Amino acid sequence: MRFSRTSKALGLAAVVAMSLSACGGGTDSGNTATGDTTKVITANNTEPENGLLPANTNEVGGGKVMDLIFTGLVSYDVTGRTVNELAESIETEDSQNYTIKIKSGQTFSDGSPITGKSFVDAWNFGAAAKNKQLNSYFFESIKGYDTVSAEGATVDTMEGLKVVDDTTFTVELAQAESDFPLRLGYTAFYPLPESAFADPAAFGQNPVGNGPYKLAEGGWKHDVSIELVPNDKYNGPRKAQNGGVTFTIFTSLDAAYTSVQADTLDVLKDVPPSGLQNFTTDFEGRNVNQPYAGNANMTIPSYLPEFQGEAGTMRRQAISMAFDRQQIIDKIFYGTKTVATEFTSPVLDGFNKAIPGNEVLKFDAAKAKELWAKADAISPWPADKVFTVTSNIDGPGNKEYITAMANQISTNLGIKAELNPVTSFKEMRAMVNKKELTGASRAGWQADYPSLYNFLGPLFGTGAGSNDGNYSNPAFDAKLKAGLAATSVDEGNKLFNEAQEILFKDMPAVPLWYQAVQGVWSNNVNTVQFGWDGQPLLYAVTAK
Amino acid sequence: MSENLTPENDPAARVTPASRQGKTSTRFIEHFVAPLEETPLAAVDKVDEEAAPLSLWADAWRNLRKQPLFIISALLIILVVVVAVVPQWFASVDPTSCTLDDSAEGARAGHPLGFTLQGCDVYARVIYGTRASLMVGIFTTLGVLVIGGIMGALAGYYGGWLDTILARLGDIFFALPLILGAIVINQLPAFRDNRSVWTVVVALVAFGWPQIARITRGAVLENRNADFVTASKALGLTPFRALVKHVIPNSLAPIIVVASISLGTFIVAEATLSFLGLGLPQSVMSWGNDIAAAQPQVRNNPGVLLWPAVALSITVLSFIMLGDALRDALDPKARKR
Amino acid sequence: MVMFTIRRFLQLIPVFFGATLLVYFLVFATPGDPIAALSGGKPMAPAVEAALRAQYNLDQPFWMQYFLYLKNLVTLNLGQTFSGQEVADVIARAYPVTARLAIMALAFEAFFGILFGVIAGLRKGKLFDSTVLVASLVVIAVPTFVLGFVLQLVVGVKLGWARPTVSGTAPWNELILPALVLGLVSLAYVIRLTRASISENMNADYVRTATAKGLSRRRVVVVHILRNSLIPVVTFLGADLGGLMGGAIVTEGIFNVPGVGNLLFQAIKKGESATVVAVVGILVIVFVVANLVVDLLYAWLDPRIRYV
Repeated sequence: MRFSRTSKALGLAAVVAMSLSACGGGTDSGNTATGDTTKVITANNTEPENGLLPANTNEVGGGKVMDLIFTGLVSYDVTGRTVNELAESIETEDSQNYTIKIKSGQTFSDGSPITGKSFVDAWNFGAAAKNKQLNSYFFESIKGYDTVSAEGATVDTMEGLKVVDDTTFTVELAQAESDFPLRLGYTAFYPLPESAFADPAAFGQNPVGNGPYKLAEGGWKHDVSIELVPNDKYNGPRKAQNGGVTFTIFTSLDAAYTSVQADTLDVLKDVPPSGLQNFTTDFEGRNVNQPYAGNANMTIPSYLPEFQGEAGTMRRQAISMAFDRQQIIDKIFYGTKTVATEFTSPVLDGFNKAIPGNEVLKFDAAKAKELWAKADAISPWPADKVFTVTSNIDGPGNKEYITAMANQISTNLGIKAELNPVTSFKEMRAMVNKKELTGASRAGWQADYPSLYNFLGPLFGTGAGSNDGNYSNPAFDAKLKAGLAATSVDEGNKLFNEAQEILFKDMPAVPLWYQAVQGVWSNNVNTVQFGWDGQPLLYAVTAK
Repeated sequence: MSENLTPENDPAARVTPASRQGKTSTRFIEHFVAPLEETPLAAVDKVDEEAAPLSLWADAWRNLRKQPLFIISALLIILVVVVAVVPQWFASVDPTSCTLDDSAEGARAGHPLGFTLQGCDVYARVIYGTRASLMVGIFTTLGVLVIGGIMGALAGYYGGWLDTILARLGDIFFALPLILGAIVINQLPAFRDNRSVWTVVVALVAFGWPQIARITRGAVLENRNADFVTASKALGLTPFRALVKHVIPNSLAPIIVVASISLGTFIVAEATLSFLGLGLPQSVMSWGNDIAAAQPQVRNNPGVLLWPAVALSITVLSFIMLGDALRDALDPKARKR
Repeated sequence: MVMFTIRRFLQLIPVFFGATLLVYFLVFATPGDPIAALSGGKPMAPAVEAALRAQYNLDQPFWMQYFLYLKNLVTLNLGQTFSGQEVADVIARAYPVTARLAIMALAFEAFFGILFGVIAGLRKGKLFDSTVLVASLVVIAVPTFVLGFVLQLVVGVKLGWARPTVSGTAPWNELILPALVLGLVSLAYVIRLTRASISENMNADYVRTATAKGLSRRRVVVVHILRNSLIPVVTFLGADLGGLMGGAIVTEGIFNVPGVGNLLFQAIKKGESATVVAVVGILVIVFVVANLVVDLLYAWLDPRIRYV
């Protein structure tokens, strides 16, 4: 689960959503190769922060590569729908015990077969504490995870995973979770060949996968580029339509943007702030601005003394109404985002823009001031207290919008509000983890998998991993649980949206806007499509 | 001393030769031999025991105050200082009342330079930003001059083990590049929690002094064997007094040059620190903060970046001119004959 | 002279340890939790977290961490980055690129700096002198992150004279523009230092003697004035080499040069002591050697300066 606030290398990396390469189901992608399919396409990326192992890749730099050189049981199409990739079928009767059948005759790029064991071994490897895999907690739903993940554990296989035969394995979860199959397209759940386990560190430098591409010989030139060539063993829906993909490593998006302008880079995801005003004219007919499953908000931690109880709730609502989201989007982001009307994302199934209680997201300076005064009557705001919004400022545009937001809060509430800039992500995380924030903090979420729950549970569930504000409300937790156990997707979504009504009352975080991806491409390639997660579909890019 | 009158230009000495007796040549030969009794040599040669000796500095000052370069630069600097002390005399608009309604708007009545992305008045911010920027520039320069100058002078003059220790200490500090050193210092809890102009000054001084130290050491090394130093020691000056009285004043030229440019680069370094989120707090206005904030809009709205940069240029220019004038005044050789 | 050089190299040892200790401490003292950043703000299994802390000795007190670092250093093991690469490899990739960049920048500022400085010094107060002064002001007052960005846009995109960003191998010809940008600020220093020195020496007795001897103006300027004016310039250039190598963060970012500046900056932000210490350790060596060369040049430029 990723936080876009984690942006490390000049803004990208860290927790920004790992690209679940939207693998359009081939037929519905509608992208037939019309151009030159032999040329190599270049795209921007950041240096992967870890070796390329599925369970150790938790940031975009590595994620973009992993999604092209690996393929999982399922993948997500352009709209975010789950489609089977390696899975023949995923069956369950109680949402707790799953039987997974995989397609037969599939192989890794080195020719070794993909079997049920490839998955079971990979997942066990990922979960075992001794392997120090960063994504290990992704397996926590599987029965037996507690044992293998304990410090000094000697057991390294989870009892919930069993190989039945070459093409079948079963998964037993610790409890019923109906959205488990949705997660299986995520990087952590990719299979690994036998050869990976002998020396995982070496494998991570030179991985052997099963995706549409494979790493070229000596293709990972650290800090410079990563060269991928088509994998002829792959016969899924994401067949490569070009002669290969080379990722060029950039530490600055500005540099990448100028490179596309000069046609020395083909595809850029994320136009930097300096280009937002000009990218549609700089790249006439070669740009895209489309929403994806991500949002931005501002967490107000529950442990702040000024934001407790009834007065605290009023203050949260007052702050939410004290700034004009649309104006900030227009002036700072040149209209490239959409005002938030709830806590998830409009590209998701079940999105409802008219959830009762969402009027607190509307700009209303008079109402805000009135609420603030009421709160002051209950417990006065300390005279010289500054309302701060903490953010690491290496992410593009963070500094600008928070400054604008703080200015408006200052003017409309008559208090002092200010950006509290933090240089490094490690400092920001330490403050958040140690609950040392003295004010609000910038937050954002990009979906791991397309589901309303993914925007609610991990962020606001009691004790959830990314619940930075320490929010806890039993009524909200109950709604989420009911939603997960619902029999149909629609029924579940209805319950999740009811859970959001509770959030609008408590306002553990202030939703700001929905993200959109601004992508541009060079004169050397034909139109580039971007997926539900904002990532370009690189396998489908053809040269002119 | 060049103030001495020489016979050639002393009107009193230009006397017509007295007519001679006897055989005379018809050819007129001009002899510049002044009759002794009519030459006011006594007045020239007489040493006024009462008058204070003309020191190098007093001499420089007499020279300096007549130089237009000095007068212009001094007036400019006074102007900048006045702006820094009482910005409200120069701008009536509140630089912190910003509204997005005015975002990136052009100039209009009462707002001669237009608005920033956040809708703040550019002119008011340039005026109010002077104080912090000037403080960073001046105090950092003074700091590195004092620390670097002393270290460099001692190292270059005495040499030996003192040189070794001081020079190697400089190497250690120098190895951490200025900006990176400042990042680390700025992140230390003592500074982070109450950031001010002084935090930036301390960080820049701590990692900026070796440069001046190297330059001073080089200049002192060049001069310590000069004839005038040997002469002054022969006249009984202690080595330390010779350093202070003769070596340092004669080594000032490169130090002044570097210091006057550094003043500008320190102000800009603050911009880079702000760019990286390590500079002055957001509430303190500075040219650096504004230049850093204007960077993304440089293609569409260059004015926002231009004006603080112009203010910075004028300040640096006046200090460079002052440095030039001072250098010329201190160097007897460079004086017009 | 030989003894002098040998002594200087011996001094490297304490300097190296002093610098690494200082840097190690500074990185240690910065706030933030490297392991928390590694997890990217997501939950991390406690056992994994503990194992990672142990792997990078982050569970040890400061002195122990430094001691363990030194112990590895003895066996020429520079440690590993958080991404599991050998620091030695990372450095071996980044330093040659930065060295190329810094040497070009240094050559650029030395050549044009001295050339313009001499002309400006000889024609003090004339048009050329004032033009150079104004140009230097622009370079000083506009930060590199603006100047580089604009130059890149104009030269790289609008005019198309050069690649706006450097390609993977960072060949010499692609580094011309970045080296130019990197050397610009120092260029201002070199010009003004040369100018000051030249105008100071122009009135010296030996210059009059040389002119009186009937030497050509060219010979007087190049052999007599220039040689005697170079001490401050050489001092500055020597000190600048290291600065150019470590301080190219902004320039390297703009032109996407995979060099030391960026490496150092990222490593400091991540709290990756092993990388920071190794980079700075090598920088110290560069400084000491550069200063040695400068000191030897002093003796050549001014025979009165002698080393024993």
